[in-house]
Amino acid sequence: MNIHEYQAKELYRKYGIPVPEGIPCMSVEEATAAAKALIERTGSETVVVKAQIHAGGRGKAGGVKVVKGVAAATAAAKDIYGKTLVTHQTGPEGKQVQRLLVEQGLPIKRELYLALVVDRERKRVAVMASTEGGMDIEEVAAKTPEKIHTVFVEPTLGLMPYQTRQLAFALGLSKTEQKHFGKLLGGLSKLFIAEDCSIAEINPLILTDDERVLALDAKVNFDSNAEFRHRDYWASVRDLSEEAPTETEAAAAGLSFIQLEGNIGCLVNGAGLAMATMDTIKYYGGEPANFLDVGGGASQEAVTKAFKIILESDTVQGIFVNIFGGIMQCDIIARGVVAATKELGLKVPLVVRLEGTNVEQGKEILKSSGLAITPADTMAEGAQKIVELAKGQ
Amino acid sequence: MSILVDKNTKLLVQGMTGKTGQFHTEQMLAYGTKVVGGVTPGRGGESFKGVPVFDTMREAITKTGANATCIFVPPPFAADAILEAVDAEIPLAVCITEGIPVMDMLKVRRVLDGQTATRLIGPNCPGIITPDQCKIGIMPGHIHKAGRVGILSKSGTLTYEAVGQLTKLGIGQSTAMGIGGDPINGTDFIDALSLFEADDSTDAVIVIGEIGGNAEERAAAWIKQHFTKPVAGFIAGATAPPGKRMGHAGAIISGGSGTAAAKIEALKAAGVKIAETPSDMGTTLKSLLK
Repeated sequence: MNIHEYQAKELYRKYGIPVPEGIPCMSVEEATAAAKALIERTGSETVVVKAQIHAGGRGKAGGVKVVKGVAAATAAAKDIYGKTLVTHQTGPEGKQVQRLLVEQGLPIKRELYLALVVDRERKRVAVMASTEGGMDIEEVAAKTPEKIHTVFVEPTLGLMPYQTRQLAFALGLSKTEQKHFGKLLGGLSKLFIAEDCSIAEINPLILTDDERVLALDAKVNFDSNAEFRHRDYWASVRDLSEEAPTETEAAAAGLSFIQLEGNIGCLVNGAGLAMATMDTIKYYGGEPANFLDVGGGASQEAVTKAFKIILESDTVQGIFVNIFGGIMQCDIIARGVVAATKELGLKVPLVVRLEGTNVEQGKEILKSSGLAITPADTMAEGAQKIVELAKGQ
Repeated sequence: MSILVDKNTKLLVQGMTGKTGQFHTEQMLAYGTKVVGGVTPGRGGESFKGVPVFDTMREAITKTGANATCIFVPPPFAADAILEAVDAEIPLAVCITEGIPVMDMLKVRRVLDGQTATRLIGPNCPGIITPDQCKIGIMPGHIHKAGRVGILSKSGTLTYEAVGQLTKLGIGQSTAMGIGGDPINGTDFIDALSLFEADDSTDAVIVIGEIGGNAEERAAAWIKQHFTKPVAGFIAGATAPPGKRMGHAGAIISGGSGTAAAKIEALKAAGVKIAETPSDMGTTLKSLLK
């Protein structure tokens, strides 16, 4: 789960990680008031107006403006608020800015990079630091990997002092900066483990002229499996408008759904089989419209919901139901499909491949429903058939 | 005739009295698995389908002589259940639970690495089966057929798909095992491949991977150096968009790594024959048998 920069910074403050003074704003008027308050409080005219969306690359897309004075801050807020930003992480449709963060401007001496992620190969938390702050870190990793310094933290031990020293020396910090950096990194590693993060990234981490170390940007991503430990807090910071509505709707029904750009809807049980079904559709020249895993123990209601999500899509020109029923029983799938089509009608071709537990009952339910269903015996046959049928639409 | 589980396996079920635990305990009993006990804290002394329930793993092992456990405990308590199994030194722990936090698994992993008594399979996996002898987990037993092909997979349903295809071709399986779709797990491809290499009753193996991480690439390097039996493979997720978690917690392409293309290339370079589509896994394996 993602949260906004301003929410991540609130969390950082809780763990003693220095961040610039800032005020989140839900309108241009609020941004004006925030700029005025910050200028009064800090005695500096420089403020930064930042778009709050769940995607990186905001600066390049015009979502971050450094300005002087209240009038300029208002103008910047007017420009950014409500604008649709297209970055390398938003997809071509972009994301509309509905929240702003107004912050104090700071005299930056150097920009560094700092991030914590779970390293699945070493089975530890990787702490990565680089002198190349403010850049696209993937590009740094590809072109100059020697500029990224990594230590691996045991979650049971936490960050050790020698690890902090290793990174501080690699970054070429002064004595005072080392002290501040140590405190910041200690807080960040505690936050990462205690808050069940999958990513905590600061890009850039800045050194100021007066040797302070601050998180100028903040990104936090939570491991959604840990929701049961953070239910109230996560509910308070979740911004549903940043999530795809169908994906949220599907998740609420216990389904795993991801919207894709093709025209063939898929309903499958199991994540591996669902991916393999998409691959097979593509192999025969089609394009999948979605990833949909109904899971191992879905109820008839969940299957109905899943099929309705596909039927309601206006890009779907053909549907492929591919089930290998192990625990998932084929008759439950069949009942769900029939219930959904009764309600919404079936206007596109439907290919169904059923295999496994209660397959005969499942086939019988589909047959007696009178629906125009093209049966298939294997995944490959089904994919071929639906790709052909969808072409005729 | 197998790896890890056979007719001598005596199984405990942790979380046997829950809804999922009950359902699958019945299924495992019906398949012929020797389920000798269940563990649910606070329910000791009860029984389910004639199988006694115990409060703790230590007690259950002492009283039943069990040598394996299957874990159906919900995510908030699953790491604790795995650690209890490790503490009791049960030789094999199979964790079916999906949705365990990564931070919990990182900690479990450190404990596993510090001991040799217990092997963990999973979590987030279908389990392990040696056809006609022992089924531990949630796979549909009836699609299997005893034989000499090993199956190893990150995905449950794709394992069933491979098994179903082989059985239809008249090719039986020695042992089929899911290693799970989580980013941090117990037994990995290499551990399992070394068991299949040493198993005289396995002639060939199907390896099924998916996007995310580089377990498949490491397996490929190991196969090239150490594995002498024919291997057929399939990697799911060639069409998955980067940065999106495809159902499994571990199935995500991040920062350009973990792509299907890189995995397929590595496996091909190691001499693994890759099935063009998932429907060809059975025939691809068959083409490798003498």
